[in-house]
Amino acid sequence: MKTQNQANNNEEILIDSKKLRNKTILAFTIFVIGIVAAIFIWKWIHLQPNVEDAPAPLRKVLSANEKVFSKTLNNDHLAKTYPVSEAVKHVRVNGDIGLKSALDRNWKLQVIRNPGDTMWLTLDDIKALPKQDLIFDFKCIEGWSQITHWAGARFSDFAKKYKLDAQTQMNYVGLITPDKEYYVGIDMASIMHPQTLLCYEMNGKPLPLNQGYPLRLIIPVKYGIKSIKRIGSIFFSNTPPPDYWFERGYDYYSGL
Amino acid sequence: MKKVIKKHPLAIRWFHWINFPILAVMVWSGLLIYWANDVYRIGWGDKTILKFFPDSFYKALHIPFRLAEGMSIHFVFMWLFAINGFVYVLYLIFSGEWRLIFPNKKSFKQSLTVVLYDLHLTKTMPPQKKYNAAQRIAYTVVIFMGLGSVLTGLSIYKPIQFRTLTSLFGGYEWARIEHFTLTLLFTLFFLVHIIQVILSGWNNFQSMVTGLFLIKKNETLVVPAIVFAGDLDENKAKKNHETIRTNEDKAVNEQKAAIPKQEEKNQEDENSKPG
Repeated sequence: MKTQNQANNNEEILIDSKKLRNKTILAFTIFVIGIVAAIFIWKWIHLQPNVEDAPAPLRKVLSANEKVFSKTLNNDHLAKTYPVSEAVKHVRVNGDIGLKSALDRNWKLQVIRNPGDTMWLTLDDIKALPKQDLIFDFKCIEGWSQITHWAGARFSDFAKKYKLDAQTQMNYVGLITPDKEYYVGIDMASIMHPQTLLCYEMNGKPLPLNQGYPLRLIIPVKYGIKSIKRIGSIFFSNTPPPDYWFERGYDYYSGL
Repeated sequence: MKKVIKKHPLAIRWFHWINFPILAVMVWSGLLIYWANDVYRIGWGDKTILKFFPDSFYKALHIPFRLAEGMSIHFVFMWLFAINGFVYVLYLIFSGEWRLIFPNKKSFKQSLTVVLYDLHLTKTMPPQKKYNAAQRIAYTVVIFMGLGSVLTGLSIYKPIQFRTLTSLFGGYEWARIEHFTLTLLFTLFFLVHIIQVILSGWNNFQSMVTGLFLIKKNETLVVPAIVFAGDLDENKAKKNHETIRTNEDKAVNEQKAAIPKQEEKNQEDENSKPG
């Protein structure tokens, strides 16, 4: 810690007029260069080619953020849960991409274990897994949130039951609607999180069509954009699977 | 020869001017994000006095449908905002500059007089050093606002990973309200700051660029004595002032420093008498 005297910079000093003028000119020159540089950097960022609809330099930092924050994610970090009484009765519906075509009566979940090795599961197969209720604050990337009540099977239980050990060693899971209009990519740690559900119930009843009947994902550690409705197929990959909103400029990770 | 005061250290000028565009970018990208769920207003029941924000405001600034852009900018520049602010606070602490910025015992009482003075309701300005009492409070509060913005921001950004922090701010929804309110306060601070800077004039403004505050000839003996050396608690400043002005030896200085002390005492005695 410095002394009082050093902290006190209110000393008057005498300075040669010419020297003062030069100092002032220098300072303002640097000041103006700084302003020009700031404008240049801003323009430069926006002139860079877009990577998935975001300027490349921003995309790079977002990917770096993902690395930083995905390291801090662990299965002990659970989303806060609430008593059933706090869950809203009218759950907000915020998107119907992937739901516009009629639902196939013979819907089955397609699980692509490996290219050419596909398994088909019925809703009853999923329901046969241990049922998990979850009442949590669902958070939309738009900024609103709602305490909602869901139930389904843990994705991790599903992976265990169907012996997807080799698959869950990979980096990502991809999920796609039957009409292939909506698709998300999720890192393995997040999909194996104990609160991530293959969900078939809302407020104690089967999912309504607009909430993704028969089966949707509920993943509290991500924004709602990752909780894909009406899952058609699931696959595993070491590279990031395509992601609908990522392609439209959003963060791939979108973790909370 | 010109008489100047080294008012703003180089480091503080850099922190200040780096912060300005970064904060502007943060507020702007924050607006792009806020638009996607613009639920805040001032009012009660069905009555709304002020909606954040009116459609005309959005339209004029081309804000609608830019959420993704806003988020990508916000989560890049947040690092610069946090790092610049953090290093600034470290600098204040280790350089001792904090003494000139943090409020002291008298600041809270004096700040009222400063406000009255600025509003032309009183003609006397309390003695001060680099910053007056109101400035000390404002510039310190704004540091805590910055810290608040970073912490409430983290609470909204990663509410599960920083769950404890989020609950400290009253939960996710409250953290968002607080983050928004702080932004409004930053904007208010900015407006008042700009007005004050304009009113203070060129010499004051240029000192934030050059660091040097010019003492005009006629003011030499008056202005620094009152504005910069008159802090009653700290005779050191006065001493320095005397040293430069008279260039006399140490013994004389000490003698001189003792005189104002006496005067202060008298003044205090006078003040304590009932009017």
